[in-house]
Amino acid sequence: MTTDTLLSVRGLSLEVARTGHKVVNDISFDIASGEIFGIVGESGSGKTLATRALISLLPPAIRVASGSISYRGRDVLGLNAKQLRSLRGAEIGLVFQEPMTSLNPSMFIGRQLEEGLILHTKLSPEERGARILDMLRRVGISDPEGALVAYPHEFSGGMRQRIMLASVMLLKPALLIADEPTTALDAVIQRDVMELMVELTRAEGTAVLLISHDLPMVARYTSRIVVMEKGSIVEHGRTEDLLEAPQHPYTKKLLSSLPFRGAPRVVDMTKAPMVSVRNVVVDYPGRKSLFRKAKAKRALHGVSIDIHEGEVVALVGGSGSGKTTLGRTIAGLVKENEGEIRFQGRARDDDWQDYRMNCQMVFQDPYSSLDPRMTILALVEEALRLVPNLDAAAKRKRSLETLEEVGLDASYASRYPHELSGGQRQRVAIARAIARRPRFLIADEPVSALDVTVRAQVLDLFSDLQKRYGFSCLFISHDLGVVEQVADRVVVMQDGRIIEEGDRNAIFDSPKETYTRRLLSAIPALDHNATGGVTLKWRFES
Amino acid sequence: MKTFSLNGLIGGILIAFLVLTAAIGLVWTPFDPMKLSFTAKLAAPSAAHLLGTDEFGRDVLSRLMIGAQASVWIGFLTVSFATICGTLIGLVSGYARGWVDGVIMAVNNALMAFPGILLALGLLAVFGANQYGIIFALGIAYTPSMARVVRGAVLSLREREFIEASRVMGNGEIFTMVRHVLPNCLAPITVLATSMFGWAILSESALSFLGLGVPPPAPTWGNMLAAGRPFIQQAVWLGLFPGLCIALTLLGINLLGDALRDRLDPRMRGLK
Amino acid sequence: MLRFILSRLVMALPTIVLVSVTVFALIRFIPGDPAALMLGDMAQPAQIAEMRTELGLDKSMPQQFFIWAGNVLQGDFGKSIVNDEPVLPLVVSRFAVSAQIVLVAVLLASLIAVPAGVIAAWRQNSLTDLALVGTATVLLSIPTFWLGLLLLLFFGLKLGWLPVLGYVSIGSNVVGGLLYLVLPIMTLVIHEAGVLIRMARASTLEVLRLDYITHARAKGLSESAVIWRHAFKNAFGPTWTMIGLILGNLLGGIAVIETVFTIPGLGRLMVDSIFARDYPVIQGCLLFVALSYVLVNLFVDLLYPLFDPRVVAE
Repeated sequence: MTTDTLLSVRGLSLEVARTGHKVVNDISFDIASGEIFGIVGESGSGKTLATRALISLLPPAIRVASGSISYRGRDVLGLNAKQLRSLRGAEIGLVFQEPMTSLNPSMFIGRQLEEGLILHTKLSPEERGARILDMLRRVGISDPEGALVAYPHEFSGGMRQRIMLASVMLLKPALLIADEPTTALDAVIQRDVMELMVELTRAEGTAVLLISHDLPMVARYTSRIVVMEKGSIVEHGRTEDLLEAPQHPYTKKLLSSLPFRGAPRVVDMTKAPMVSVRNVVVDYPGRKSLFRKAKAKRALHGVSIDIHEGEVVALVGGSGSGKTTLGRTIAGLVKENEGEIRFQGRARDDDWQDYRMNCQMVFQDPYSSLDPRMTILALVEEALRLVPNLDAAAKRKRSLETLEEVGLDASYASRYPHELSGGQRQRVAIARAIARRPRFLIADEPVSALDVTVRAQVLDLFSDLQKRYGFSCLFISHDLGVVEQVADRVVVMQDGRIIEEGDRNAIFDSPKETYTRRLLSAIPALDHNATGGVTLKWRFES
Repeated sequence: MKTFSLNGLIGGILIAFLVLTAAIGLVWTPFDPMKLSFTAKLAAPSAAHLLGTDEFGRDVLSRLMIGAQASVWIGFLTVSFATICGTLIGLVSGYARGWVDGVIMAVNNALMAFPGILLALGLLAVFGANQYGIIFALGIAYTPSMARVVRGAVLSLREREFIEASRVMGNGEIFTMVRHVLPNCLAPITVLATSMFGWAILSESALSFLGLGVPPPAPTWGNMLAAGRPFIQQAVWLGLFPGLCIALTLLGINLLGDALRDRLDPRMRGLK
Repeated sequence: MLRFILSRLVMALPTIVLVSVTVFALIRFIPGDPAALMLGDMAQPAQIAEMRTELGLDKSMPQQFFIWAGNVLQGDFGKSIVNDEPVLPLVVSRFAVSAQIVLVAVLLASLIAVPAGVIAAWRQNSLTDLALVGTATVLLSIPTFWLGLLLLLFFGLKLGWLPVLGYVSIGSNVVGGLLYLVLPIMTLVIHEAGVLIRMARASTLEVLRLDYITHARAKGLSESAVIWRHAFKNAFGPTWTMIGLILGNLLGGIAVIETVFTIPGLGRLMVDSIFARDYPVIQGCLLFVALSYVLVNLFVDLLYPLFDPRVVAE
């Protein structure tokens, strides 16, 4: 590794122009040529703004308050607009999180790629064309010629992120800023895109500034890391040191928030299952149009699954695997075309009222699952509306108690959802689901919208409640780390079928299917040490 | 946020002024708005007649105050009619889906295929050119837009998880509709109703200007403008003040509508 | 692409049918007996009955509709009750007068307003932006018939630069005809520019906060390339739809402008026919304008993929 400094940030502070409120506070770091450098932080840590400042692309409301940024000895903050433009793209490239919106939807891919080359190089049109095709091939686009005259919407999210990478790497920048480059992608695709990025940048000698909330992912690829919290850098060091011997409490908290394998629990599997799903088939009607016959799309191909009393069964798989559809079908939100669902020995459809009393659901997005026009108390009380033998006073009392149980005291009762943080909202959603004391809970990605530390707290809450009330749970998640922590049993789905299922330890330690192994390769196995640090072990490194 | 308060403030003041003027006009006007005076024909604004008199010597200010009543009243009834009908149709359509939705929306689209004022003109031929004819004509002409907006809101709400949560709780469709769907449609309904109030006042004055609205001698801003038109060269105020009233009212509604939209638009709220 | 065009064409068909039904029904709802009206006050019951048969009014409603629709398809919109003229040529000649004003006005308004709106969005919250948005809001709040009167008063009566009343067809006298069109077009341009500036600004703002704009800037593109090459085309879609709606609304609402400037256009024809209770002409005007509105919007829809290719895939 070379040691010459490429980029040097000294005492950089950013503030909201109108109020003077500091959003990034006195941060300093250096990036050497060709190294992969990581910034880790949760939402609101200022990590994205800090990196946008490096190429002077701050939103209009934010301005640099103090500090300096020097790139190859040049003072970036002192450059005029023209000098900045020659720096952007050619020297420093930027890759975004959201592949769906980061390419211009109304311009051919080819033109978008060529734009940068026209601007920053003196290549002839033929040379440009050749370079573009070569790059598209390298990022794994199967039909590069066709891609030139295609629009972004004709590609999947993963493909678009590859095209984005191609667009940036075409200009051979010396530094690539990658802001949550894989967060919006499926676990399996995430890894492919990251490997591709590392391979391309290594080949070109490009340094990478990798920004993410995902500490293990950043740790996997970087040599050095800074940790940001609330606009400040709290810790700075070599990746291994930072993981194994964290100094700052926040770093320790981040590390201890990483999901770990819970102790195995005993579930009585000899009794008849509480929920029994048999050969369920779900077809989504195809889009009807005048010139197309409505062709149904089969989302579930005869799926069977059992959930026992007190058991937490995790349903995992990528997007489009059918896991969410299965959860919604069991909840009765989607009607199955074939098959049967039995609850406590009876057909579910025979007694909906009983089923509704005993089966509740927690949804993924706490911003969308709570009616914005109702107070927290009213939201929880609504869950008790149909419960028989409970008068109004008892309902209120139970609601307040339940809120207390999820860690929200009476002062929250009269607030509205938008006044709460994401984690608090998810607590409300959990309170609403357990207020009825259901025997069975369906949790659809209940923690994937939450920050790392909040996620750990909500998972703890979930485990406590599960222990106290002993409900069974179908826990749907794409995040295998979380699953490893909470599940008793794991069911893996792909393309609307169950491909593998078994005891948690068995699945995590000796998976049989390649797909399961690929899913597992995206998450590390953790070894916690005495000092609050961890050692990451990646499974199935190829 | 800064522009919100400014827009809302100016708009609010203008509309409050309009409503206040109309209300005062109910109990008091400087002169009898209908009283003819052949000695004071086309008198220029003066201390006695602040805004002058018209071709029959009637006091313009008094007539404008009564005209404000017509505008507010017609606007209010039209918007109420369109909002109630449109909301009901939109709710049913968005919630029922399937063929019911198909039929309702086909008719709705056909009605929206007429420019609003044209449909109102056609309907006026049916209902007759008078105050209530205008209200029905405009009300029917505006209903489809309201229905479309409400239906759109219902369809997007249906995808939200809190509506599904309501189903999982075992709540019936009607309960879910009243408790969760309708209250969350209020924001777009309010924004549209505000604009409609402006459209109604504008259309009413345009129709009255054409002679198809409220018939003289009852004063409305539109028919005052039409009546004053032949005299504007001698009496500029006859062309000036009624138009100014309409323009200021519309400005107030537009500013208020902008402020409401900024405030109620969920996207804006998400961004904080 | 072909599928997209075909599906849009086919989707317009039911609308066209329903529009015709609506126009037909509307006229049938008008109180009064057309036959009695045509014959005047002195008519005998027998004469009226004969007239009803002649007009086909004794047949059932669906029958009447199909006869009417069949005639319309053959270009027969009936005859004016007032002067016995065939309706279609009358409507077409008046439509031509209105359409030239509306088309030119919308074209000019778009040319002025769209760039102004884009610039306002680009410089959001600056003084330029505030001034543009403020002006636009004021302009769109001024009713066209009042604005027309004021312009007439100022340019026609005060300054005497432009003719005040009347109309000369461009075909017969190019310069004279143009002079008569200046004020009505100016009135519409001023008003619609207000609407379009705000629309263009809003849709540009929407686009400017998307990642691909930041990506374009991060590539090192100049601001003008970012705005015009990347933002403008994507932001123009909603404005384009709006232009179509304005075009249709103006065709429907041009009566007031034609009244102010005494132009013998379609709007004026319709209003006069309502006064004269000349049903065939009212019906013809309604149908003609509604159908041209449908066609304008169809045209707008068909060109929409130029600004957003994603609509074709849906």
